[in-house]
Amino acid sequence: MAISTSTSPDGAPAAAPPDGTGTGAERQRRRTLLHRLDLHGAPYAFVAPFFVVFAAFSFYPLIYTSWISLHRVELSTLNVMEWVGFDNYTALWEDDRFWNALLNTITIGVLSTVPQLMMALGLAHLLNYQLRGSTFFRVAALTPYATSVGAAALVFTMLFERDFGMINWMLSLVGIDNIDFENNKWAAQTAISTIVIWRWTGYNALLYLAAMQAIPRDRYEAAAIDGASRWQQFLKVTVPGIRATIVFTIVLSTIGATQLFGEPLIFGQGPNGITGGADNQYQTLGLLLYEEGWKNYQMGRAATVAWAMFLLLIVVFAVQQVVKRVLARRA
Amino acid sequence: MTTDSIPVRTADARPGTAQKKPGKGTAPRGRNRMLFRHPGAGRQHHAGPVAYILLGIAALFSLFPLYWTMVAASTDNTRVTQTPPPFLPGPHLLDNLGKAWQDAALGKAMLNSLIVAGVIALSTVLFATLAGFAFAKLRFKGRNVLLMLVIGTMLVPPQLGVVPLFMMMTELGWGQKLPAVIFPTLVSAVGVFFMRQYLTEALPDELIEAGRVDGAHSLRIFWSIVLPIARPPMAVLFMITFVHAWNDFFWPFIVLDMTNPTVPVALTQLSAGYVRDQSLIMAGALLGTLPLLAMFIVFGRQIVGGIMQGAVKG
Repeated sequence: MAISTSTSPDGAPAAAPPDGTGTGAERQRRRTLLHRLDLHGAPYAFVAPFFVVFAAFSFYPLIYTSWISLHRVELSTLNVMEWVGFDNYTALWEDDRFWNALLNTITIGVLSTVPQLMMALGLAHLLNYQLRGSTFFRVAALTPYATSVGAAALVFTMLFERDFGMINWMLSLVGIDNIDFENNKWAAQTAISTIVIWRWTGYNALLYLAAMQAIPRDRYEAAAIDGASRWQQFLKVTVPGIRATIVFTIVLSTIGATQLFGEPLIFGQGPNGITGGADNQYQTLGLLLYEEGWKNYQMGRAATVAWAMFLLLIVVFAVQQVVKRVLARRA
Repeated sequence: MTTDSIPVRTADARPGTAQKKPGKGTAPRGRNRMLFRHPGAGRQHHAGPVAYILLGIAALFSLFPLYWTMVAASTDNTRVTQTPPPFLPGPHLLDNLGKAWQDAALGKAMLNSLIVAGVIALSTVLFATLAGFAFAKLRFKGRNVLLMLVIGTMLVPPQLGVVPLFMMMTELGWGQKLPAVIFPTLVSAVGVFFMRQYLTEALPDELIEAGRVDGAHSLRIFWSIVLPIARPPMAVLFMITFVHAWNDFFWPFIVLDMTNPTVPVALTQLSAGYVRDQSLIMAGALLGTLPLLAMFIVFGRQIVGGIMQGAVKG
């Protein structure tokens, strides 16, 4: 690397004007020392803020979570920690609400992630055409990303309202009776997934689009010469060409799905929000964590739920790896 | 809202990130564009009517909820709760906005969100550019390991540490205060990675060498050489971070209360009451979204380009 050539002492500026502080040689030596210090120390100084903040506010809490989960800690007396061993874990294991929340997190996660990424793929494919008004379509697709969970959830809660909501009104036009989106389990989960899909489809589509535009054109030409139809080109050239991005979005969406919180909370409209509906029919792990910690005042139990979320993520990634391997072997 | 209403001025816009990439900006616009495209630029079939119809539906799906928020916010509660629901704006927009502003204490929330999102975006951009520069262009021991650590941290969801974080903030006396929201998000791994990707490509090694030969120390090189070159991605990162910080919900909801909320936290207040005024709720939702929508209308193209630039390619 050429940059390192300037470390040699003769690279440093010599011959400072005589100002009476020490001899020239001494000053030269000090300069060289400073220069070296700068060259070797500066990179660490530049990356330090990131690691310091991350260590203090992300890594340390993450580790400390496991310590807290072995204690009984109440929200009102945070400095009193009573050792209980694995009691919180066994209690969680035997708690029906936990299994319910886990299952809900998975079903809502699948309901929101799979259609979202499929639609994003299709949308990206359309945006990859030579288009008039392509900027308009791109910005339009990304606009939901600018709305907060709060605003989006409020709007969709109203659109999904049982008696006067627009979606039930539209369904009534085609002869479908009013659906009680709040109290019917699957309807509620679908509605919550819709909010997630609405907010993130355009964002993912743009990630796909960027990757699609990096695919070399001659691959399509070669496929076309081999007689591949447009659909086959899409399956055999486009999708493999953006595989890295697809994996990236799956990882991001999975992380997002395990932590789903704002959408179900606001969809529950106040009192029913934290419990995820009257029968916990859409309580996610994120909501359960909040309920245990900030409604039941049991921080130790909340920390246990956080660990369960972490384990869920690890399991999902492991499964993804296995699936990837199997698919790669078949291909 | 049909596809016919697409503003004409966007018709000759070049795709995505083009305006940031040196060299591409000189490509001819309009119909001749195809002839001058970079040969590796991907497939560019012309879109047929079906594609336009599908894109129109997608745009409708994206924009309609926002349009309807405005419609609902401009009528009164009785009209909004009738079927068929209203599709055209009513006369009460300003009244409702004013009332929602007061009921949800949105003035204070907006100020809080502005401070939180502003500080977070500024510090994220500064530290991401510093670290991104170091990872892209400086040699140091452990560079690759540290970079892998940065990427690895992207996979750690912040929710997992929320219980100890809350205890920390209480101990520091920051409960219900803005520093509790600001400090944990001062840096972003995605930001560091984003700046590194950009600077690796856009910053020539020769420029840095020239600076070294002239006797500039690292900070000076950062200030006089890196910052001017990194300005476009810094602007994009600022906007993206600002949007994220403004919309962040989980942690502010836990650590702040209604006396000192950010906008998303304040919005939950609107729907939590026993008497639910739907128009008012929609007015609040509209108000909370308005600053970001304005940003999107002005900088939408740059934000789109920035997200695409940050994407994992190939």
